Amino acid sequence: MLNRITDSINFQSEALRLRSERQRLIASNIANADTPGYQAKDFNFSAALKDATGARSAADAGLNLPRLALQTASPGHLALNGQPAGSREQPELGYATASMTNLDNNSVDMDRERANFVDNTVRFEATLRFINGSVKTLNTAITGQ
Amino acid sequence: MSMFKIFNVSGSAVSAQSQRLNVVASNLANADTVGGPDRSPYKARHVVFTTVPMGEVGTSGVQVTQVTEDNTPGRRVHDPKHPQADAEGYVTYSNVNAVEEMVNMISASRSYQNNIEVMNTAKSLLMKTLQLGQGT
Repeated sequence: MLNRITDSINFQSEALRLRSERQRLIASNIANADTPGYQAKDFNFSAALKDATGARSAADAGLNLPRLALQTASPGHLALNGQPAGSREQPELGYATASMTNLDNNSVDMDRERANFVDNTVRFEATLRFINGSVKTLNTAITGQ
Repeated sequence: MSMFKIFNVSGSAVSAQSQRLNVVASNLANADTVGGPDRSPYKARHVVFTTVPMGEVGTSGVQVTQVTEDNTPGRRVHDPKHPQADAEGYVTYSNVNAVEEMVNMISASRSYQNNIEVMNTAKSLLMKTLQLGQGT
């Protein structure tokens, strides 16, 4: 019964986590706008959200096994699944292609990244509002006023 | 919370860009430095940016890994009356290209602004996240 109430908040929190990850990714792209050879990265948000929430329902059913991780000594080290050890389910990253050819092999398009950044910011705030709304609804139901 | 990493990423970019700006300032200041018969003129310097991984996949900051010297020959001007002129009456100025440096300066300052904006946005998002569920 209770999980039906918290289900929507769980879903929104997963969305919030992915939004924050995307925000970080775009920040990295903007930071590396002048680095030669850097390839811009991004991920498909809806596919990642589907993956993340699918993994959560499997976890609810108690089906998933704990993942064993390799020890790392440097931030550049990868775990067995190609992701840093101890990290949560990570979205699959893709490389953005350059919209213009550059001599220094940098594929960051500043206009695109800025637009993505603002878009992601607005959606992040929207998710925050959704969670706030759910909390407010729950509060009203609990206090009964 | 992975958003805290944004401050590391953008912070590294801001410091790299300010170092670039520093090098540009040094180049522009020495644009008209003259080399004498006994010492070589000022050589223009350029920073080299490199990506550094910061924790999770896709989180990468910037670092200035080296500052290289431009080895193109300096500007030679015929001016026998100049005290630093060589035996043939030529004065060697530094090899700084002022136009290139101005473009570099504008690019660095724009990138700096972009990264500051990213940090401001991340900060306001984090502040809003802190207030999550407090609304009445």
